[in-house]
Amino acid sequence: MYNITVNGQPFGTEAEAETPLLWVLRDEAHLKGTKFGCGIGMCGACTVHVDGRAMRSCITPIAAVAGCAITTIEGLSPDGTHPLQRAWLATQAPQCGYCQSGQIMQAATLLKDYPQPTDANIDAVMSGNLCRCMAYVRIRKAIKLAAGMQEAPGV
Amino acid sequence: MLKKIFTGLLLSLALLIVAALAAYLYYWRPALAPIDPPAATAFSPQVVEKGRVLAGMGNCAACHTARGGAEYAGGHGLATPFGTIYATNITPDRQTGIGRWSLAAFQRAMREGVGRDGAHLYPVFPYTHFNLVSEADLTALYAYFMTRAPVYAVAPVNSVPFPLNLRPLQAGWKLLFFKPATFQLDPAQGLDWNRGRYLAEGLAHCAACHTPRNALGAELAGSSYLGAAIDHWYAPALTSANTAPLPWTQDELYAFLRTGATALHGVAAGPMSAVVHEGMGASPDSDIRALATYFAGVAGAEQRQVNTDTVVKAGIARSQRVSLVDNDRGASLYVAACASCHSNSDGRPAALRPELSLNSAVSAPDPANLIQVILHGISKDDAMPGVLMPGFAASLTDNDVAQLAAYLRRSRSHQPAWTNLEAAVTRARAGK
Repeated sequence: MYNITVNGQPFGTEAEAETPLLWVLRDEAHLKGTKFGCGIGMCGACTVHVDGRAMRSCITPIAAVAGCAITTIEGLSPDGTHPLQRAWLATQAPQCGYCQSGQIMQAATLLKDYPQPTDANIDAVMSGNLCRCMAYVRIRKAIKLAAGMQEAPGV
Repeated sequence: MLKKIFTGLLLSLALLIVAALAAYLYYWRPALAPIDPPAATAFSPQVVEKGRVLAGMGNCAACHTARGGAEYAGGHGLATPFGTIYATNITPDRQTGIGRWSLAAFQRAMREGVGRDGAHLYPVFPYTHFNLVSEADLTALYAYFMTRAPVYAVAPVNSVPFPLNLRPLQAGWKLLFFKPATFQLDPAQGLDWNRGRYLAEGLAHCAACHTPRNALGAELAGSSYLGAAIDHWYAPALTSANTAPLPWTQDELYAFLRTGATALHGVAAGPMSAVVHEGMGASPDSDIRALATYFAGVAGAEQRQVNTDTVVKAGIARSQRVSLVDNDRGASLYVAACASCHSNSDGRPAALRPELSLNSAVSAPDPANLIQVILHGISKDDAMPGVLMPGFAASLTDNDVAQLAAYLRRSRSHQPAWTNLEAAVTRARAGK
């Protein structure tokens, strides 16, 4: 039995120790916003926050995050108005959309570390989140827009 | 002629037997009388508490508690070049633990490596260090262990082959490698340094992992703290031979030993994680500071004139340039799997973004630690809150891990390339 917090709510699971966090979130907590991409931690589609830091949930065993606070795209903002979500809408960043929840969760950590990110900051942190639709230019634009919307650093 | 050789051989053999016999007699120790286990109330709570903290500094649980087993009930196997030796039960159980050991028997074991029954203990039990522990500290440790809950547990039989398993032979080992001593203050040094040295050389037995050993398993006298491989990990050099880009100053050592991580060197993982958290976690700040003072001296940190800012900026600039330009498999794996957490781009490492160009595992002469962390990650208990790294054992092949490690070595250190990396990955995987 592992106890975690998912988007602020306590959540218990009987999953085996090695079960990836991704499947606990999708199949047990029924939070389908987090996507399965490569399954080996190489594409970023499954990115969620563990204790506030972006983490690849497809290769993170549930046992490793016991007691941790998990945030998924559904919990990033109670009403979907996180600056990144508003910026994503304003720039129409996604095309097919599959990688976008991972992109946004990774970008949220980026903005924590670099509240006013330069191109170099964005390249460094976001290069592991793959987008087969090649929405990279709009993603960069959305991140910069979101940075401008933040009322205080570290949102 | 044949007769001469034969006589010579016979003579040498006789001499050898005489020498062994002499050593055996010289080191012969009687059994000490068994006692009835003292009641827990026989010990003052303050002394027991002192013993608890000291047992952490000695990291006793790392060997004497088996994974998933009762605390201090023994049974953890230590793989040595001479076979697997199982740590014994040191709870006060009458039959299987040290319940019938007097304080004198406990002190003799710690100082001379002799069990209550008079048998010589194997030097995998580091009495070669514990002989420096003070009378008062040994008394406190005894009080702590004698007040634990007794657990009936028999350690598995050691797999040391004949004739090495003959206890009297240990007398010969002692003759060669063990000089009992008591701790002497060095008046030329401060109290802090002396306290650090007392802990490090005695109870904490740091050299047991960090000093290479000879063919008979003794620490090499002239190679103190030069670094050694242990249990598929690498205990780095603690002298000026340490290859980390930035010196281990007193502040860096203190932060590392207290919290398990520093931005300028990396995270205590593997066996060292247990030393920092489960072991020294209960130790007072003054003791951690004392260890830092002592090892800053061992490392010659004062003598190394390094501008931290310059090294950090250069490291980050170099790793940034290489990840954008290189296009081999190792670099691609880094960009896909590692960069989102490890990259830094402002000329200084951001908090919680471990900068690999400063990491001691990347610059170490042995790739073991880097390979272990790539395969098995960093647990949230290893380091500062909020740092957790998933392992890539199921994602990456041995060749992938080797290429990734080679890329990090090439792009983030000035050290020569590691050789036979893929074989090292295969061994690390099998050893887990």
